[in-house]
Amino acid sequence: MRFRFTQTAIDTAQARLELRDAGAGGFVSFEGWVRDHNEGKEVTALEYEAFQALALKEGERIVAEALARYPVKRVLCIHRVGALQLTDMAVWVGVSAVHRGEAFDACRYIIDEVKHRVPIWKKEHYVSGDSGWVNCEHCAAAPHHSQHAQHADGQRAAFDVDAPR
Amino acid sequence: MIPVYGLVLAGGSSTRMRRDKASLLYRGKTQLDRAFELAARHCAEVFVSVRAAQVTDPSRAAHPLLVDSVPGEGPIVGIRSGLAAFPRVAWLVMACDLPFLSDAALDYLLRERDPDALATAFLSTHDNLPEPLCTVWEPAAAAALADYQAGGGQCPRKFLIRNRAKLLEPLDARALDNINTPDEYAAALAALESNTMKLRVQYFALMREQAGRSEETLETAAATPAELYGELVGRYGFTLAREQLKVAVNSEFSEWSRPLAAGDDVVFIPPVAGG
Repeated sequence: MRFRFTQTAIDTAQARLELRDAGAGGFVSFEGWVRDHNEGKEVTALEYEAFQALALKEGERIVAEALARYPVKRVLCIHRVGALQLTDMAVWVGVSAVHRGEAFDACRYIIDEVKHRVPIWKKEHYVSGDSGWVNCEHCAAAPHHSQHAQHADGQRAAFDVDAPR
Repeated sequence: MIPVYGLVLAGGSSTRMRRDKASLLYRGKTQLDRAFELAARHCAEVFVSVRAAQVTDPSRAAHPLLVDSVPGEGPIVGIRSGLAAFPRVAWLVMACDLPFLSDAALDYLLRERDPDALATAFLSTHDNLPEPLCTVWEPAAAAALADYQAGGGQCPRKFLIRNRAKLLEPLDARALDNINTPDEYAAALAALESNTMKLRVQYFALMREQAGRSEETLETAAATPAELYGELVGRYGFTLAREQLKVAVNSEFSEWSRPLAAGDDVVFIPPVAGG
């Protein structure tokens, strides 16, 4: 599998071996690491969780897209799940290619798409003792009709405004 | 295109039912609440149309209300009151007593909507005439309906026949069946009960925490993932709006309006954060 998950530390030496190719003149990798801050908060640890049945399919589609878009030899992406500490590696992407340019481009494409499309979620634990799911907590929408709550008698709401909001 | 607001009609006197139709229960939820939630899944804003005497009625007062503001009798008053209150939006006007109306039917109606017509409506499968109480009314219909009523007209169905309306064959023969009598209610209840099925739902991340479980098998009458999400928001109070989520059925991304089948495995996907 060219996209997979691991519960334990990513073995980059082994991963790199899988990308060896006699026709490849270069190899590029990207590592995502757990850092100690995000959006102004001090982070102490992370948890990653994935919907693996779909994530494996979507990850495989991304890898296949990279192979179709860029003339590269081999690609591999490994994402870690479970509890991670600061400086741990969360994700590894490797690409081997005839020339370095395509390898950089394909590597960038894979990590960008993985971040946006693969059903993986990250929970941050903060120094404050608080925690939160990234991208889910801050933008949690107010209930759709909350703007009407102030109208205790309801019926006035219809007549206060005569234009779409 | 101008936005579509929803107007659920609940001003009728329920004479034949001999009790208030809005408060009839289906699987523990009132007919009015079901219709309101259905409309809210498709419209930017939703109101319940009522007569002035009904504004304190508890089954109605929980919703944003739009009180009749033009004289007359019958549903034409509710339709015109909506168009008068927000003259620059189109209105999806729905009777509250259409227990088989589905997300798929509303998706289809709104997709096929012709903003240059006065209205877009379904044809009834019973008499092949337009069904005015599941119709998108465009702003231009306001003046035409006022003229029609001033000329003695009362029937929005006849109005749709005589004026420029886009008329659609319904996708589902039953979608517009309305419920007027105790016998019809009993039959609808039985049909909806026999319509229930078992689904497996898995929860991840924030939704797993809010549901307090990572999966469950549940019995539901929800016909689509959109309806199922509405039901589960009611049960678990999920804070994420449907617009923020994707949905997967049987481990593949799915449309929200896809019909669900017994045994399907459904996963709601909160905003992702890999890497």
